[in-house]
Amino acid sequence: MKNLNQLTLKRAKQGLKNKEFSSVELTKACLGQIKKHNQDLNVFITIAEKQALESAKKADELIAGRQYLPLLGIPVALKDLFSTKGVRTTAASNVLKNYIPPYDATVVKKIKDAGAVIIGKTNLDAWAHGSSGENSDFGTTKNPWNKKYVPGGSSSGSAVSVASDMCISATGTDTGGSIRLPASFNNVVGLKPTYGRVSRYGIVAMASSLDSIGHFTKTVEDSALFFNVTAGKDSMDATTLPVPGEDFARDLDKDISELIIGIPREFVTKDLDKEVRGGFEKSVKILENLGAKITEISLPHTEYGIAAYYIIQPSEVSSNLARYDGIRYGNNRGAFGDEARRRIMLGTFTLSSGYYDAYYKKAMQVRTLIKKDFDDAFLKVDALISPVCPTLPWKLGEKINDPLKMYLSDALTVTANIAGVPGLAVPAGFSVNHLPIGIQIMGKQLSETLLFQIGNAFEKQTNYYKLKPNL
Amino acid sequence: MIYKPVIGLEVHVELKTKSKMFCSCSADYFGQKPNTHTCPICLGLPGALPVPNQKAIDWCVMIGLSLDCRIANFSKFDRKNYFYPDLAKGYQISQYDQPFCQKGFILLSNGKKIGITRVHMEEDTGKLTHQGDSSLIDFNRSGVPLVEIVTEPEFENAKEVVEYLKRLRQIVRYLGVSDANMEEGNMRLEPNISLRKEGETSLPKYKVEVKNINSFRFVDKAIEFEIKRQAEILDTGLLPVQETRGWNETKNKTISQRVKEEANDYRYFPEPDIPPILLTGTKISKLKSEMPETPSSKFARFKNEFALTNYDIEILTREKYLADYFEEATKVGRKHNVNPKQIANHLINRNVDINSVLPAKLIEAIVKSTQTEQIDENKLDKIISEVLKNNQKAVSDYKSGKENVIMFLIGQIMRQAKQKLDTSMIKNILIIKLK
Repeated sequence: MKNLNQLTLKRAKQGLKNKEFSSVELTKACLGQIKKHNQDLNVFITIAEKQALESAKKADELIAGRQYLPLLGIPVALKDLFSTKGVRTTAASNVLKNYIPPYDATVVKKIKDAGAVIIGKTNLDAWAHGSSGENSDFGTTKNPWNKKYVPGGSSSGSAVSVASDMCISATGTDTGGSIRLPASFNNVVGLKPTYGRVSRYGIVAMASSLDSIGHFTKTVEDSALFFNVTAGKDSMDATTLPVPGEDFARDLDKDISELIIGIPREFVTKDLDKEVRGGFEKSVKILENLGAKITEISLPHTEYGIAAYYIIQPSEVSSNLARYDGIRYGNNRGAFGDEARRRIMLGTFTLSSGYYDAYYKKAMQVRTLIKKDFDDAFLKVDALISPVCPTLPWKLGEKINDPLKMYLSDALTVTANIAGVPGLAVPAGFSVNHLPIGIQIMGKQLSETLLFQIGNAFEKQTNYYKLKPNL
Repeated sequence: MIYKPVIGLEVHVELKTKSKMFCSCSADYFGQKPNTHTCPICLGLPGALPVPNQKAIDWCVMIGLSLDCRIANFSKFDRKNYFYPDLAKGYQISQYDQPFCQKGFILLSNGKKIGITRVHMEEDTGKLTHQGDSSLIDFNRSGVPLVEIVTEPEFENAKEVVEYLKRLRQIVRYLGVSDANMEEGNMRLEPNISLRKEGETSLPKYKVEVKNINSFRFVDKAIEFEIKRQAEILDTGLLPVQETRGWNETKNKTISQRVKEEANDYRYFPEPDIPPILLTGTKISKLKSEMPETPSSKFARFKNEFALTNYDIEILTREKYLADYFEEATKVGRKHNVNPKQIANHLINRNVDINSVLPAKLIEAIVKSTQTEQIDENKLDKIISEVLKNNQKAVSDYKSGKENVIMFLIGQIMRQAKQKLDTSMIKNILIIKLK
């Protein structure tokens, strides 16, 4: 079989089970792709070739013994924010460039226990601060659809690793759009789960009350299968939700004709890029043709989303980064890049006595209003759809000197984080210049199964995932 | 000029829970090899998260209940952000505006109530050791549960402070939640002291915080020293500097450590890693029912059950283990006709080592000490004759009317006999013989 690395998770599982190919072959195909294109695209900070081949061999032995595990033998990449025991975890910052964790993040442990082959650690905006991938201290990841363009961030390497078939699936984190935005810029599926549905334990914290742990896959079905492994209450993370496990793939093929899907008026403004709007309107038609009832709805406090986010998030960042005080980890605070410094200063300011009430407290009040917007909306509709990003992927360097412009690229994604609701980004076509466009489907808390159902129906009609970048 | 001291107190009590406040490491760090009781959480490694120790929270609430505090139904943890090398995360998880317990009091023997402002839960820091040019960090203590008890500035002298501290220590020991041993650092206190003119009611414009006090004796000395030092400054018309001073036990004085030019800005905000803590009325009642008797209720009960003086009860209830021992002994005593007063006297006057003598053995000893022994009549007769012969003066004194001398003679006979004898029996024999 050729191009094993291009397989979906579902198909790779099937092939391994039926012994069409081995995990070693599959892993080698991915490693081959990495070797061919990593230098160019700068996707991986650490490639774990030796360990990957060892676990692939082990997986093959288990398969030979007719063992079944949900990710057995599947090559998976991890955003370099996920602690991996014995394997360097940098957060793409020079501060942690030599840090080797003594423990695995809960999600890493779950993925390993599910039999996955960890193939390497992917590039990101340092500390997950950024929307373009350009804030990495390890060089910028390139967009495989056009190497002059940004891949989106902060989970840039993970999105590109899946888009360019260097692995089957990859993990990411989404604090303000860091999974959904790069997914939409790379024509892959990205899930930002409900806050608290996946353990944060062992994942380098950005903004603790907003961080959502999700993943990139080639298809919606793959996303559900991967979520079956990562979701669940964790005794090591007090903020995980005590909900029983479920099979997230169970409703994939259920038709969506009974559903009411809302378009938030405030998300589709005149500021939207024309081609993004075009792609979005086309997507709405497709859902309508599938029988879904489309209705306009209002999330009135959306316009305050970015402002509130850029107070709450840097406040938590300033505190979370305090532990890198120069005493441990081998590098002092001078090793922080510009963006981290900017956020540390912003957050320190907004938490200072005399300013707390005007900034942090106010932002938390806005947070309550935004949550209420979503609660009210979900009384009327089953799900919401919108573009992921107001613009197409932009050129490398285009916004790097204009932080505010960069921040605004998260305008349509941050409110889901503020409210803690899930969002699924799915490919929705291409621009004239062949750059990917994505839409996001949002639902109320714990509604991931429904999001997969809608996403899958949409994907079955579009099949954009079958299109591959010309590397 | 005559000044009145205004003293408030912050006390940190380290809980003796099995595990630390936010991780499963053992909290028993004292005397252990450095950095052996650590994990990613108490080391503050990237990605590690705190999960609160339910037992520690329960115990904090029990302390609050013992101090007659109001318990918050809704409470939360906050981050206190500051830099110090012994602080692994760059912030301490503490409680800011919604502590578990507020507004309690401790009643002193002079009838004065010392108001407790708040009782909250936090985590301890690591420990620094300085060796020559280098400083070493031991994280064994990092994350050990601490309860902070803050009073109103209502103490007027060192004596009140010491009594308060002894009562507080007694309470936490009774609850069994801390050893509250000052020398081992599991009870730490920081008085803040200032003076105002006699008759003034507003708080002074400054206060001096004193740290490094590790015994009751030093609390007393440090406070007395500060009162004198501050009075001298005030007498010159100046205001003492608002600062933190440390007690130096070799120099017997407080020494300036840090001058607070402005209040520290800890940038408190709600700890996003820990959801708010809800304590329902049912939960609080359950904790109340699980609480052992407080020292004051034990005192009242002892007074009611046993015919003892306040002085005796005070001594017997000072430490819970002694009170328990006493009660156990009264149960055994009842079977042997030994009354509580006899037991109390024996315990208080004889310095009984209650760690090695079982209550039953103690009763045996008391019974023995009151019992008389039989003696051979001939032998007794011989001893009496001898004593009378050797104490001619006493005999003549008795005969001339000094009847009390008979007790002296009885004593002499007892000594010669080297036995516990029935005094009334000997007295009767003597009276006959001396007729």
